[in-house]
Amino acid sequence: MIWVIARREVVAMFLSPMAWIILAVIQTILGYMFLANLDNFFLLQPQLIQLANTPGVTDIVITPLMQVAAIILLMVMPLMTMRSIAEEKRNRTLSLLVSAPIAMSEIVLGKYLGLVLFIVTLVSMLMLMPLSLYLGTSPDGGKLLSIYLGMLLLLASFAAIGLYLSSLTENQTIAAISTFGVLLMLWIIDWIGSSVSNGQSVLAYLSILKHHQAMLEGVFKSSDIAYYLLLITGFLVLTIRQLDRERLL
Amino acid sequence: MTEPLVQVENLSRYYQNNLAISHLSFNLKAGEVLGFLGPNGAGKSTTMQVISGNLAPSEGEVSIAGHDIIEAPRAAKAHLGYLPEHPPVYREASVDEYLKFCARLHRIAPGQRAAALDRVKQQCGLTTVGRRLIGNLSKGYQQRVGIAQAIIHDPPVVILDEPTVGLDPIQIREIRELIRSLGSERSVILSTHILSEVQATCDRVQIIRAGELIYHASTESLNQGHEQSYTIGLRQAPGLEQLIALAGVDHAEKLGSDRFRVFFSPESNPDALVATSVEQDWGLYELVPEQQSLEDLFIELTHNEETNAQ
Repeated sequence: MIWVIARREVVAMFLSPMAWIILAVIQTILGYMFLANLDNFFLLQPQLIQLANTPGVTDIVITPLMQVAAIILLMVMPLMTMRSIAEEKRNRTLSLLVSAPIAMSEIVLGKYLGLVLFIVTLVSMLMLMPLSLYLGTSPDGGKLLSIYLGMLLLLASFAAIGLYLSSLTENQTIAAISTFGVLLMLWIIDWIGSSVSNGQSVLAYLSILKHHQAMLEGVFKSSDIAYYLLLITGFLVLTIRQLDRERLL
Repeated sequence: MTEPLVQVENLSRYYQNNLAISHLSFNLKAGEVLGFLGPNGAGKSTTMQVISGNLAPSEGEVSIAGHDIIEAPRAAKAHLGYLPEHPPVYREASVDEYLKFCARLHRIAPGQRAAALDRVKQQCGLTTVGRRLIGNLSKGYQQRVGIAQAIIHDPPVVILDEPTVGLDPIQIREIRELIRSLGSERSVILSTHILSEVQATCDRVQIIRAGELIYHASTESLNQGHEQSYTIGLRQAPGLEQLIALAGVDHAEKLGSDRFRVFFSPESNPDALVATSVEQDWGLYELVPEQQSLEDLFIELTHNEETNAQ
């Protein structure tokens, strides 16, 4: 049943121009940046050859590209998640799902799976750029895998947060803006507290950026994975509870 | 099947501190159509939302085909088709896509989906609009899509919240026929504020006001035992006394210079009136039975209570 709902979510996303436009805009902008980074790499190449233990093409071209991609997607994901539940509430179509013989958790997981499928499409398209490097050189495959997983987990956690905030309101704009606010806050949360030694470590653990940065650099730590999985599970449980609670109001 | 399909016991529902429905109890057997009548804000929609599992009851129990809606929601909902007040349709989907999604949602086996789709499209008069986007359809057609959605899985219990809103008179008649045909083997709960609709389609009627059940009877008994009234028009009208003196006439009132409302006592008919009119050349040009009993009752019950409350 989760699959039935996920499938409808994906169909609905691609029936409206929204998903297409987002994919097209992101691919164009990042494609342009990819070219610029590549150009930069050719300029640096003569100097790099003279150094010992130099950063490779993955570090110079792909890691910075994905850093920018993460920030752009931080602004874009709220637009993808805002309609998930808020739109159904506004159009009063949620009762179709609620009256059907399926559990609330299946509804939420189905909607989330739909978003994840979109994310996989998006990130896979982005990864075509690094993969194109195989035509001329040999990028670090392990690092690329880590970057791919890192981007998937990052966006999957964005989607979980967005889904929850979409379940709180009928207004899509409010859902988008609040999602953006929460994501940005999680991004910059480690900017303060460097003067307090304990505070810094807690805030640094909360920061999405720190975990993402490690994965972009090819550092695959189970604590990072645990962070993402906890975040995703937490917000999905909150969403299910929120929808269940609304029946009681 | 003597076991009631829908059983509602002592059902109450609060919104914060506002009491929306209070200690409702009723049940419904297979093959019955129950009409839910009430003024706006009486708690009709709330009751339906609770029965369909969209709202949790504050107190009391609802069971559908023996399954409690809270304890065993999946089994209960599998026996239920629900059309909410606003048809829950996806505007960007076509009628076929939408109904296919509903069929999957209700776990209709893949091999039977096409047949189910054809059946409901036939029943709801949607065969010509299958490929059109729901958002582009008129309100009446959207309403039909909503009804189709509620019956696609052939549920034993169908709950329809104001199903004929926004339909034209011909469509209303078709939908009423559909409801009657549904009611022959299923239980149907129907809410409306159109009184003639209840008389036309329902076996039983319940009037609800301010969350309380204030009247409960079969429509048959409602139509019997009441005096029957007719409006009549006479070109050469006699005096009111002459009309009242006719056999079977209980009382009468003047509506205009040549129009009257005549009340006949139960078990009598306007034969004498017609005969006398021909005899004395009154020029009878209008004789219309008024099916007013339910409306009278409704106004009486809801209005009296209101004035009492004040």
